[in-house]
Amino acid sequence: MPADTTASAPRVETPPGPIAAFFRDFSENRAALLGLIILSLLVLVAIFANFIAPYGPSEQFREFTRIPPAWVEGGNRAFLLGTDEIGRDMLSRLIFGARLSLFIGLSVVVASMIAGIVLGLVAAFAPGWPSIVIMRAMDVILSVPSLLLAIVIVAIIGPSLTNTIVAITVVYLPNYVRLVRASALSEKTRDYVVAARVAGAGTLRIMFITVLPNCMAPIIVQAALTISNAILEAAALGFLGLGAQPPSPEWGAMLASAREFLQSASWIVTEPGLAILITVLSINLVGDGLRDALDPKMRRS
Amino acid sequence: MDPRFRGDDVGRRKNRLGRHGHTMLGFIIRRTLLVVPTFLAIAFLTFVAIRLVPGDPIEVRTGERGISPERLAEFRHQLGLDQPVWKQFLDYLWQLAHGDFGTSISTHAPVLSEFATLFPATLELAFCAMVFAVVLGIPAGVIAATRRGTFLDYSLMGVALTGFSMPIFWWGLLLILFFSVNLDLTPVSGRIDLLYYFEPVTGFMLIDSLLSDQDGAFLSAVSHLILPTIVLGTIPLATIARMTRSAMLEVLGEDYVRTARAKGLSPFRVVGIHALRNALIPVVTVIGLQVGALMAGAVLTEYIFSWPGIGTWLIESIQRRDYPVLQGGVLLISGIVIVINILVDLLYGVLNPRIRHAR
Repeated sequence: MPADTTASAPRVETPPGPIAAFFRDFSENRAALLGLIILSLLVLVAIFANFIAPYGPSEQFREFTRIPPAWVEGGNRAFLLGTDEIGRDMLSRLIFGARLSLFIGLSVVVASMIAGIVLGLVAAFAPGWPSIVIMRAMDVILSVPSLLLAIVIVAIIGPSLTNTIVAITVVYLPNYVRLVRASALSEKTRDYVVAARVAGAGTLRIMFITVLPNCMAPIIVQAALTISNAILEAAALGFLGLGAQPPSPEWGAMLASAREFLQSASWIVTEPGLAILITVLSINLVGDGLRDALDPKMRRS
Repeated sequence: MDPRFRGDDVGRRKNRLGRHGHTMLGFIIRRTLLVVPTFLAIAFLTFVAIRLVPGDPIEVRTGERGISPERLAEFRHQLGLDQPVWKQFLDYLWQLAHGDFGTSISTHAPVLSEFATLFPATLELAFCAMVFAVVLGIPAGVIAATRRGTFLDYSLMGVALTGFSMPIFWWGLLLILFFSVNLDLTPVSGRIDLLYYFEPVTGFMLIDSLLSDQDGAFLSAVSHLILPTIVLGTIPLATIARMTRSAMLEVLGEDYVRTARAKGLSPFRVVGIHALRNALIPVVTVIGLQVGALMAGAVLTEYIFSWPGIGTWLIESIQRRDYPVLQGGVLLISGIVIVINILVDLLYGVLNPRIRHAR
């Protein structure tokens, strides 16, 4: 089409493209926008932790143990959020902890999503024993309560940050497999897939290039939910002493060693938990916004 | 499709179109049979898992001290470790079938009997948490849905999302800090004051303390139960409130609700009877799905409040490297979760005739 035709054509109200419509719906949701802003700040803090944190996460100030936050009586301006039982700066530890928690969330979601997409598509496109084996295996994983399964896996392979990620990835795998399989099965019989097949597309091409993009909306929503749950479960494992090990500034592990100071130095307990809550809440706000924007049933128009 | 299977399918479809009770029974049987391979697979995995754990099972039992090769061989024979692995697995299944879930290394008591003594404590806590979540969650969701878009709706849903995002182990510590440490209102740990002692009859402290006829025992049990119930019930409460709201919103837009309103029925009747009954169908599913989450949450809750239940037992078993307890405990809990999920499925079929007829 010649360029001048489009330029001189009368301006017609065109419906916004799918991506533009998505952003319009998403940004209309003020709570989701707030969540996105907080989350972006957290991500920035995590990335630039080295520059932002006043001290190192394990740096000890022996003469400044259990200093309360700066605004409380007895506080010290040098330690804005106070220090812990062995004189480490709480703010610095929380900042480095953000890096760990977001890293855990992201690793789990990437690993379980990729594995889930492959297994789910195989289960949808290879009826017979591959499908049966995959789906029964997922049933087995689902029938053990999530945290319990993670605890058992960690008890076997040993407590560490990496093993926490492995364990939680396994726990969240079935959600993706089921989701991908269900949407792939319903997409599979659509005309456009049949057309692609008639046009000579191979099974692999149909699986990953034709069908997969049309299954992405629920997967993305699930991803947001997975990140927040993964952060919660990693923190729970750390708290039980089965996740990241001290002196790691992982928020759950920080809480585990702080329990005994509940009475004498409550900020050591309240601050890491608040950090977890704010992070998870902001991700869930974004997740809710994503769901509402991607789910046509919830759309207002 | 293979024609052989097609024939089979037609037969089954005829069956499905049969009488009510018939299909329901078929549904129950099918659903139950599907569980057998799942349970076998979990048994297999725990069987493999225990062999992957670092440390020789004999060394775990005998400690680090050296033992003579003859004693070692005797031990291996006693534990069946000189048998081929497949034989060991079959033996293991045989034991399970006879209710033998192994023996604790640290207490030398059968895992099943330890489980049976501790399970009522967990069940009592989980039940109270679920009641707490349902009693507050459903009204909150209904109110939010009927006042959609108002300040009340936003506040309720804001609180619900916060609860949904809560690290419950921290929430427990906060509640202890506030109610136990600062206000000195509730006890910090355990199920009842050490002052009171009575033989467990049902294993449920609330009932046993009433039966014991001791003054103050029941109140003591209740005050011990309050904080753990809130902690364990928080996430189910938030989930149920959110689910009820969205289910209600969907139902409130349906034609039959408009009809009911047009007939001049009171708003209370329309919402309470016409809408809520249908909105409850997905909510019941969600409540069922919470059972597994409740078991996972119980581990954390019990750990914080030193609640003598399954969760504390399992965490301690890991700390003591008491792997038979971990193995047997996980198997038993999974079994219970599976059974409850079937019951929920059946309840779902009863509640929703559409499902029953469609299958």
